[in-house]
Formats: sequence, structure tokens, C-alpha cells
Amino acid sequence: MKVVIMGCGRVGAQLAVLLDAGGHTITILDNDAYSFRRLAPTFGGTALFGNGIDAEALKRASIEEADVFVAMTQGDNRNIISAQIAKHIFNVPRVICRIYDPLRQELYDTLGLEAFSPTTIFAHLVQEKIDG
Amino acid sequence: MYIIIIGGGRVGYYLTKALLDENHEVLIIEKNAALCTTIKEEMGSICLQGDGCEAATLEEVGTGRADMFVAVTGDDEDNLVACQVAKHKFNVPCTIARIRNPQNEALFKKLGIDVTVSTTDIILEYIEKEVPTHPLTHLLTLSEQDLEIVKVRIPPAATTVNKSVRELPLPKDNKLVLVISRDRKPRIPTANTVLREGDQIVALTSLETEQKLRAALTST
Repeated sequence: MKVVIMGCGRVGAQLAVLLDAGGHTITILDNDAYSFRRLAPTFGGTALFGNGIDAEALKRASIEEADVFVAMTQGDNRNIISAQIAKHIFNVPRVICRIYDPLRQELYDTLGLEAFSPTTIFAHLVQEKIDG
Repeated sequence: MYIIIIGGGRVGYYLTKALLDENHEVLIIEKNAALCTTIKEEMGSICLQGDGCEAATLEEVGTGRADMFVAVTGDDEDNLVACQVAKHKFNVPCTIARIRNPQNEALFKKLGIDVTVSTTDIILEYIEKEVPTHPLTHLLTLSEQDLEIVKVRIPPAATTVNKSVRELPLPKDNKLVLVISRDRKPRIPTANTVLREGDQIVALTSLETEQKLRAALTST
């Protein structure tokens, strides 16, 4: 599958490397070229400098042919706007979006984004660990 | 009316002043504590420090009873999210967002934001109006009907010079409303009206066909 990832932080970079190793075609986008250092040397996809909330940059990342778009920057609102651009302007079939704020995540889930909140997931995970 | 404003920067600040003068009930939500203090000192306790994108903050200020919700921070993404939360969680009847990237206008409209104000577009429009060499000027946008009224000047070397309206390859549903010749005489064009160099044409067009109309009238 063709996957466009916005945000080359720790999670974004690791996801890109994993998917690339799994045989997917990956384009990863970040507005700070220095963040591409996080990509493992084995990464065979495309790393592209650009702002993921700008339609032009997304076009350069071939979003029009993408099967999946993943918004993985630090900013909830940046992820939300770019995910909605991908979904509503470029009609990407699957759009996945990280939203730290659980309330916002719930809202956008009902608005049709495949949104998940690391806050909620991690809190439950730790709770399970403690409760055994 | 109860109006909530997100962002206490310059736009939010002066907007609030103007709305208070018109006797509206206004509340600003601003992240920056220093800005909040300044606003409170000057205009009373009408500012809450907080994140206008957070449902809990919006709940606290009674967004459910707001008549209007205006997001004027400097970030398009913050303005979008604040308006979406206000719209979908609190059913605010009218949401207004400031936009910096003109490309976002279509997205915001699609996502149900009632009014968008693109500062970039507004400045651009004024530049177009003030630069007389520009062949196409926007005069009015009828957003509900998706139509615009524009003014087009026929340049000297245009292929349309000395042609009649009938011969022009006008896009569908575009109408020439008025032709103003160089001696400032306005005429209502018919199919037989012949265009002259320097004529100014007021036309009805749409966002999609605007470029075609411009090409039809001014191509050289």
C-alpha cells in the first residue's frame, strides 16, 4: 500500500521504518529536515521536507495516489486539519490521526476520522500492568 | 448577542472592543496569561485564560448559549478545531473562522464552518483593485449562490477587440452585465455589442469559470 505519514518524530519515524520493511511504499513528511535523522539507515522510502497542513506539500508527497494517510505530529490541531484535508480534499480512503486530548479524539471519531488518543491508550495500559 | 472570541491577539482585541461598543456580550478565550491580564485591565473581566479548542473550557464559558463563535487566532488549524468543537459539541448557530492560507477556505466550508475570512484574500483583492493593470477585479461575491461579480478590462492587444459579444467563447452561465467604454459611457451589452480596446466589462461568473471568462475576454 502507498502510505503518507506526516510528522517524523519518534513514532512517525518508527512507523515509517516498520511499514517500509513490511513492503509498503512510504512517503514521510516533516517541516523540520533535521527530524529525518530518526529514520533508520535501512529506510527505503521517501523523506520529504514540507508542511503537512499545506495542500501543495501534500500533493508533492503524492497524496492523490495514497491508500492511507497518517497524521503523527506533536500538535493535535495540526493532525486534525491535515487529516481532514486528506479525507475531504484528496479523498484518501483511510485516514488515521493521533489526538492526545481524549475529548477531542472522541469528537473527531464521531466526525469520521479514525482517531486514537495515546493518552487514553497508555493510561489503560499502565492501569492493566498495575492491576495485573 | 452572546459572542465568544477565540484569540486575544490584535484582531481579537479590536474586534472585542467594537462588539462591546455595540452592546454585545463578549467573552475572549486566550492562551497567553500576559495578554489576558492586559485585556482584563483594560476592558474588565471578559477574558478567560485557556485553550479555546478544549471542550471543557468551552463548557465553562457557556458555549451552548452562544449566538456566535469567532476564532481569530493566527493559526488556521486552531481556528478550525475551535469552530468544529463549537459547532458539533455545542451547536453554536454561527461559527466564523479567520484563515491565513487561502487554500483552506474550501476545506473549512466543506467542514461546516459558517463564515470564513481569509485575510490574505482580502489584501490580495485590494491590491487587484488598486493595481490598474490587472485585467480582472473582484467586485462582489454572492457566496450562497456561488457566484461572483467581476470587472474585466479589455487589454489593447486582446483578440476580443472589435469582436461582438456573440463571437466570444464565454463559459456557460457567465453573463456580461455592463460594458463601460473608455469615455465612461455604460451600455447593457447585447449579442451585437462590439468590444473596443479599454472597455471595462462587468460580468457575472463563478469561482470555477472565472479563469475561463478571463481567458475569453483578455487572451492575446
